[in-house]
Amino acid sequence: MADEEDIILSELDDEELVLQMHDDLYDGLKDEIEEGVRILLDRGWTPYDVLTKALVAGMTIVGADFRDGILFVPEVLLAANAMKAGMAILKPLLAETGAPKVGKMVIGTVKGDIHDIGKNLVGMMMEGAGFEVVDIGINNPVENYIAALEREQADILGMSALLTTTMPYMKVVIDTMKEKGMREDYIVLVGGAPLNEEFGKAIGADAYCRDAAVAVQTAKDYMSRKHNKLAAG
Amino acid sequence: MRPLLKGYAMSTSLSRLLETRDWILADGATGTNLFNMGLTAGEAPELWNTDRPDNIRALYRGAVEAGSDLFLTNTFGGNASRLKLHDAQGRVRELNRVGASLGREIADAAGRPVVVAGSMGPTGEIMVPMGALTHELAVEMFHEQAEGLKEGGVDVLWVETISSPEEFAAAAEACAKAGMPWCGTMSFDTAGRTMMGVTSAAMVALVDQLANPPLAFGANCGVGAADLMRTLLGFVAAGPERPIIAKGNAGIPKYHDGHIHYDGTPELMAEYAVLARDAGATIIGGCCGTMPEHLASMRRALEERPRGARPTLDEIAEKLGGFSSTSDGTGADEGAGRERRGRRRG
Repeated sequence: MADEEDIILSELDDEELVLQMHDDLYDGLKDEIEEGVRILLDRGWTPYDVLTKALVAGMTIVGADFRDGILFVPEVLLAANAMKAGMAILKPLLAETGAPKVGKMVIGTVKGDIHDIGKNLVGMMMEGAGFEVVDIGINNPVENYIAALEREQADILGMSALLTTTMPYMKVVIDTMKEKGMREDYIVLVGGAPLNEEFGKAIGADAYCRDAAVAVQTAKDYMSRKHNKLAAG
Repeated sequence: MRPLLKGYAMSTSLSRLLETRDWILADGATGTNLFNMGLTAGEAPELWNTDRPDNIRALYRGAVEAGSDLFLTNTFGGNASRLKLHDAQGRVRELNRVGASLGREIADAAGRPVVVAGSMGPTGEIMVPMGALTHELAVEMFHEQAEGLKEGGVDVLWVETISSPEEFAAAAEACAKAGMPWCGTMSFDTAGRTMMGVTSAAMVALVDQLANPPLAFGANCGVGAADLMRTLLGFVAAGPERPIIAKGNAGIPKYHDGHIHYDGTPELMAEYAVLARDAGATIIGGCCGTMPEHLASMRRALEERPRGARPTLDEIAEKLGGFSSTSDGTGADEGAGRERRGRRRG
């Protein structure tokens, strides 16, 4: 860009500002995102509209470029950090206004697996897409997953493993859910570098997600199916 | 006879081996082998160095007996950050020293020159500015591990499966602090790049600008043998000054009856070893799923099959299977981004 002239966010009209916020998210500019969120709220936007039209829409572009190999983890982490800063302002307001919820996910790496970069990335991207994410951390035995799912009344279980030695534990979790008769109450998504679709099917997960962007899209698809099913009665 | 350098009298110097040999066969998998010996999900493999040393001896011996000229120690996750998750962060020095000394023992009994390479895997933390790990702390953690490996008698340090350039640089600095030669490989598992977006060409540039460059550099793990070969061609195209390491996985993991099996056969890995040599790699080995029978088959192929022309991508795909992505980020399409609005400075 030839001229790096400063843009004054408050001087942009709503449409321009939202587009600028998409770019600022893309560039991981945290302070600018916080400022943009405040300006929109001051102009009378509902917290839900700020979330979906400015933040989630912006993160969708980031997710698509990550999926297409244009952006990589460092850029996505910076974008997610900026998104999170905006979310911190919106979260209490969303709760007050009773805005619709996208869905809730419990996520953690399986017992023995301490590699949490992928899990963190999925968590951030899911939050970026408007999901509520309960991160139960690393090295989780099956009891942790079950307890968190029940306590949080979650919709989705996300399990991550980076090691071939820890992948099989995902099946232990799913089998335990079946034994307890609760498997069908949740959408189970699995991910991690050594996994593939065939593995996901073999252990009884709903889907294997190749990367964080795919996880978000898959979660959205399954949530809309779930809603349809509920509506159909 | 040339006097041996002090401190190297008992050990095999990798640099000397590199001078005298056309190719060097490295080892295969650590995790897959230990898993087959009963390592369960939840255990840190490094704890076996002290708890089950005979299994670790068997692991090393498996590679040596299959013909490896170099093997890695069972210390991949032996840094404070990883061991902390098993509440063993106070045992970094010990676990690395023991893992290395078991290796020394097996190598010295081999009856031929075998290099013991001290494995150092990633911290698993994200470095600043994206994450919280500072350069200083990363150097400190790698250095602590390096000192343990040095005490245990490794010939060379072996930094592997790294995805971030910052972490690679921190490890290089730690190796310098320990006064040890080192080799370094990154894992190219995301559309031909590392998770952090490093291309094969970018790694060559990164290695060349380090104050303490490695003896050899390359790629390990990643997706399958075909992808690793494409990365290798990327290195060669960038005209590196150092020997190249290729340590690819034995195919893709499949799930059978409660355990993981890699679908790469010994024949496929033999094909991969020859292709890697013909493409320009000097140190050739396997990674996940590569068992002693794969290594023996690779050794035989490297010894028996004559050197051929550098393979093309089409030949690689034909012999090893297709690639996981259409591009690896090094071609003409590099930098083709989204059409952007004006970038703003805050």
